[in-house]
Amino acid sequence: MKVKKPKIAVWKFASCDGCQLSLLDCEDELLDVVGAVEIAYFLEASRATVSGPYDISLVEGSITTPHDAERIHKIRKVSKYLITIGACATAGGIQALRNFKDVKEFISIVYANPSYIETLNKSTPIADHVFVDFELRGCPINKYHLIEVINAFLNGRKPNIPTYSVCMECKRNGNVCVMVSKGTPCLGPVVQAGCGAICPSYNRGCYGCFGPKETPNVFALSEHFVKLGLKSADIIRVLRNFNSYAEPFRKGSEAYER
Amino acid sequence: MKQEKSFYLAPYDLNKVFEYFKSRGYKVFGPTIRDEAIVYDEIASVDDLPVGWMDEQAPGFYRLKKRNDKAFFGYVVGPHSWKKFLFPPVLTLFEAKRENGKFKVYDVNTANEKYVFVGVRACEISAILIQDKIFGGGQYTDPNYIKRRGNVFLIAVNCTEPGNNCFCASTGTGPRVVAGFDVLLTEVIRDDLHYFIGVPGSEKGEEMFVTLGFREAEEFEIKEAEKDVNEAINKFKRSVDLTDAVEVLQENYENPLWEKVSEKCLTCGNCTMVCPTCFCNTIEDVTDLAGQVAKRIRRWDSCFTMDFSYIHGGSVRYSVMSRYRQWMVHKLSTWKNQFGMLGCVGCGRCITWCPVGIDIVENLKLFKESTVKL
Repeated sequence: MKVKKPKIAVWKFASCDGCQLSLLDCEDELLDVVGAVEIAYFLEASRATVSGPYDISLVEGSITTPHDAERIHKIRKVSKYLITIGACATAGGIQALRNFKDVKEFISIVYANPSYIETLNKSTPIADHVFVDFELRGCPINKYHLIEVINAFLNGRKPNIPTYSVCMECKRNGNVCVMVSKGTPCLGPVVQAGCGAICPSYNRGCYGCFGPKETPNVFALSEHFVKLGLKSADIIRVLRNFNSYAEPFRKGSEAYER
Repeated sequence: MKQEKSFYLAPYDLNKVFEYFKSRGYKVFGPTIRDEAIVYDEIASVDDLPVGWMDEQAPGFYRLKKRNDKAFFGYVVGPHSWKKFLFPPVLTLFEAKRENGKFKVYDVNTANEKYVFVGVRACEISAILIQDKIFGGGQYTDPNYIKRRGNVFLIAVNCTEPGNNCFCASTGTGPRVVAGFDVLLTEVIRDDLHYFIGVPGSEKGEEMFVTLGFREAEEFEIKEAEKDVNEAINKFKRSVDLTDAVEVLQENYENPLWEKVSEKCLTCGNCTMVCPTCFCNTIEDVTDLAGQVAKRIRRWDSCFTMDFSYIHGGSVRYSVMSRYRQWMVHKLSTWKNQFGMLGCVGCGRCITWCPVGIDIVENLKLFKESTVKL
C-alpha cells in the first residue's frame, strides 16, 4: 500500500535565506528527507509547487512589512504544524536592530524616493503574529536539528532540542573556558546550546547566534562583563546581535542605555 | 606493617615509565598545555607535560604562569578531570538496526582500551573512589564505567603546593595521597636537585619498578620528599570546617540567604561539568529519518537545567535559587545521606570555572554564620 507522504512547505519572510539553505545543505540526509516527506512548496529549491494544506510549514524570516503581516496568517491557516527556523523568525533577526531606532529616519537617509518604501516600525518574530508550534533557534539553524525536528513532528514525539546553555556543549567538548582562562567576554552562559559551541572551540567568545537559553541571567553576566573591563556601549553591542530583540537580551541591553 | 619500598627516579626516568606502558598496549594520559590551560590528554613523553608551568587561580579566574624552576607537576588541577575518560561526556550506549524485518541491537562499546593516568592528585583519587561507588556499587552498575576503570593504571602525584582555590585539607581528601594508586610519585625540586620518589601501591606498580630496574631511594632523599608533603598542609589559603555542614545546610533550607548566594548564578551548569564527582547524565534516543537505525546516547547532564527536574506539568526547580540550592546542598550535605560521604573533594574547580566566580566555600561559611535557624 502506498502511504501518502506528509507535505512540507518552506516559506520566506525578511531573512538572508541561510536557514532554508540548511535544508538543501543536508546532502547526505537529503534523500532520506525527500523519501520521508513531500517537499510541496520550496521556492529556493524548485519553482514547482503543490497547493496546500501542508502538514508542516517551515517559516524563515521576520515580519517587517504590512503585506507580510497579512501573509503569515494565510500560511498559518493552511498549515497543520508551523515551525519557525532561525533567529529572524524566532527573535526578529539582525534587522530587529531597527527596533531600537527610528525607522523613518533610516528610510529618509537611505532611499532616494522614501515614498516607495512600505515598512513596519519594528521587525518582529513570527510568534508575535500567529501561533507557532515549535521555534528552532540559530543563525543559521543547525541542519541536524532541522532533521530532528521534522523527524519528531512526523513521529509525534518531542524533539530532542536542548534549551540549556552553550557551556554544557562547550564543556562536553573539553574546551577551556575562554572567559575564565583569558577574560574574553562570552555569551555562552546565557545562550542556548545547539551550535556545538563553535566559537569557544576556536578561542572566541560566544556571539549568541542561538538566542537566550532557558532562564537566562543576563544581568549577572553583564555585570561580570563590567568587571572584565567592558563599557556600557560594549555590553550593548555584545547583546545586540542576531537575537537583539529576544526579550532577555533586549532588556539586558536597554539597561545599559540609561 | 611492611614498610613499602621507595624508589628513586630521575626526572626523565618518567619516559621509561611511559614507554613501559605504551609497549604493553596502554594509552598514556596526563596533564598537558592546550589553549592556555593545563588539560588532560594523551601524552607521548615528559616533553608534553607542563614542565616549568604553574597555574594561578581565583574565583572565575585561571591563568598559566612560568615557574622559577623546571618542575613537572608544579601546578594543581585544571578544567578537566579524569571522569572524562571513565565517564565520557557523550557515549553511544548501543545501536539498533532494522534487519530483515527484525530489530537487532548492537553493542558499540567493545573496545578494551587500557589507560595510564599520570599525575592524579589526592582529591582526584577521592573523586574517582566516589564515582566507583556510584557507578560500580549498589544494585545497578554501569558496565562501561566498570570496564574502563578496571583498565586504568593510576600514577598519583603528591601535592606540595596547594592552589588558591584548593581546600582538600578541609574535606579530608588531600593533599597527601594515601590510597587508590598503583604508583605514587613525590616530586622534589631544589636549586641543585630534581628527582621523584616513587612508591608502589599495587602488584602491577611493584612489577613496573622491578622491571625497569630503578634503584631504591636513600633515606635523605625520602626525607626531603616527606618534608615537602608535610609542609603542604600549612600552605592552604582556604579552609572551612565541614563537621556540621550536613546539618547546617539541611536546617537552613528555607533561609532567605539562598536568594542572595544564588543571585549571580547563571544556571549555565559549568560547575557540574567540571566537578570530578558530578555523575548526572541524560539518555537520548535518536532515530534516522528512514527509521532503519536507532541509537541510545548518554550525555553529561546538570541539575542546573530545566529539563533535569522536568516532570509531567513542568520543571520542579524552576527558580535559579532552587537549582543552586539543590546542587550545593547535594554536594555538601544530602550526598552524605545518599552515599555515606560528602560529594565534594575540595578541588576548587567549581570556584575557578564558574564564569562569575560563585564560591561554594564562602557560601557555606555564610550559612554557618547565619543566625536564622528555621
